[in-house]
Amino acid sequence: MLRFILKRLGLALLVALTVSFISFSLLFLSGDPAIAIAGESANAEDVAAIRALYGFDRPMMVQYGDWLWHALQFDFGVSYYFRLPVADLIAERLSVTMTLGVCGIVFALLIAVPLGVIAAIRPNSLIDRIALFLSVAGQAMPSFWFGLILIVIFAIQLRILPASGADTWQHFIMPTIVLGYYAMPAIMRLTRAGMLEVLSADYIRTARAKGASEGRVLFKHALRNAIIPVVSLAAVQMGFMLGGSIVVESVFALHGAGYLAWESIGRNDLPTVQALILVFALFYIVFTFLADVLNAWLDPRMRSA
Amino acid sequence: MTAFPDALEITGPTPGQQLRRRMFGHQGFMIGAVFLVLLVIIALLAPVLAPHDPYAQSLSNRMVRPVFMGGTWEHPLGTDHLGRDYLSRLIYGARVSLMIGAVAALISGTIGTALGVAAGYFGGRVDAVVTFLINVRLAMPVVLVALAVVAILGGSLSVVIGVLGLLLWDRFAVVMRASTLQIRGREFVAAARAVGCSTPRILLSEIMPNIVNNLIVVVTLEMAHAILLEAALSFLGVGVQPPTPSWGLMVSEGKNMMLFEPWLVLIPGAVLFVLVLAINLMGDGLRDVTAPENRN
Repeated sequence: MLRFILKRLGLALLVALTVSFISFSLLFLSGDPAIAIAGESANAEDVAAIRALYGFDRPMMVQYGDWLWHALQFDFGVSYYFRLPVADLIAERLSVTMTLGVCGIVFALLIAVPLGVIAAIRPNSLIDRIALFLSVAGQAMPSFWFGLILIVIFAIQLRILPASGADTWQHFIMPTIVLGYYAMPAIMRLTRAGMLEVLSADYIRTARAKGASEGRVLFKHALRNAIIPVVSLAAVQMGFMLGGSIVVESVFALHGAGYLAWESIGRNDLPTVQALILVFALFYIVFTFLADVLNAWLDPRMRSA
Repeated sequence: MTAFPDALEITGPTPGQQLRRRMFGHQGFMIGAVFLVLLVIIALLAPVLAPHDPYAQSLSNRMVRPVFMGGTWEHPLGTDHLGRDYLSRLIYGARVSLMIGAVAALISGTIGTALGVAAGYFGGRVDAVVTFLINVRLAMPVVLVALAVVAILGGSLSVVIGVLGLLLWDRFAVVMRASTLQIRGREFVAAARAVGCSTPRILLSEIMPNIVNNLIVVVTLEMAHAILLEAALSFLGVGVQPPTPSWGLMVSEGKNMMLFEPWLVLIPGAVLFVLVLAINLMGDGLRDVTAPENRN
């Protein structure tokens, strides 16, 4: 088990290092970042001054090493726009995004797991078909459009929920639904498939044969085993959701890290964008690592992988 | 009197016939296919079908309501905030969405298939490197990276297609790797190797035909994915630039008038939803009919 964890940890670190290099190199896609910062009206002297100030005159690998060294100490430089340390900006906004992510995954689990279980108990029933439709529709619905429809219904027509902002818990209801809806299809399909498989296993027949009640068979014997892969899928989905919250946050003007990323891209605030790409990637890496370890802990067969 | 039954009776329907029969019998696949074919025809015939020029502005005819909300047949789906005919822009928008979906899936499919097949067939170090690349790619937040790159390089149709094509190859690589792993140990591959076939030939004429079904399924799903991402990027203002008629852009432009004219947002989003749903239904159906073990 320890060997497995160390191996996975090494892989995660290597992935993180590669991602950090890619997110750093994005800055150089534009050709000369100094010109981008100085703006179109700047003359050659201004550009040269900015180049020296930000250290763009050094070789790229030296700049990367420098950036990485500081990033390891949670120093992502200074935002071009806010003139504040990027790390402080992100830390301030991250709580909103984390809240949204946790609410979203809890919402998705609360809807998807019961639906998946019922769909597995009664395959091809009405509920199974509704669940299937919801999951197919969920994958096809553009998230920004879904969010705007909710705003039209609940904020404009019914006036029962606020349309934008993050001041009260009511502000999080619609964003949670939109974000959570996208994690639902995968969780539901996996729950359904897992339950179907487990319910046809021999030990379930044994449990039924010795007279265990149907509820006990379903929840104590079947769901416990079927839920294992769902837990790790939820962790991976959580990593995806944090990265995907940028669309949802911009629809509802929720001032989280995703919204900060969107604003910073519009303002050409490259240090902030770089840092945010790295932070979101790190979240994904950490969540998948936890999912792998959890899987291996619950199911020893996975440890050889 | 003939002692032998017809050859056809013994062999029964060929695998191809069985596949076609299953396809035509699959409800979801047929619904998806009909809608998709319809949308492709609309996109191809856009200049014939569109009642107006999608770029022609008319400031005296701004935000005319659709015919079912009290408008006239002159503009069946109304006009936008610049007085452009909404139906015509929707029809031309189908071209943008379908082209982005198809070309992005082609690019990412080529990258992902090459990586996945190589990893599955050669194994060892090649596999380790490809698996690592897949991990790195999965860790990158797609929307954020696409937004940043498009913002830096400037939003245009080709940049958006290129960025999506370079980002969405992960599922191709994962599925193609797994499919190749299943095939490479089979007797006919060993036989091909034994008679001295070159590696490219084994890959192309022994491996590929046996995994192409799975490839087509992923192509449909990733096409839908690319179309949704383009719409999201354009909605955020960092995708296809105005005045190009992109459905995501239309939703974004209608957003400001949403309070009084919600149909400006509802119509393009609904069309986008139908297109992606059709492609997904087709992809799910294809997976059902080509891989019987995946049913349920």
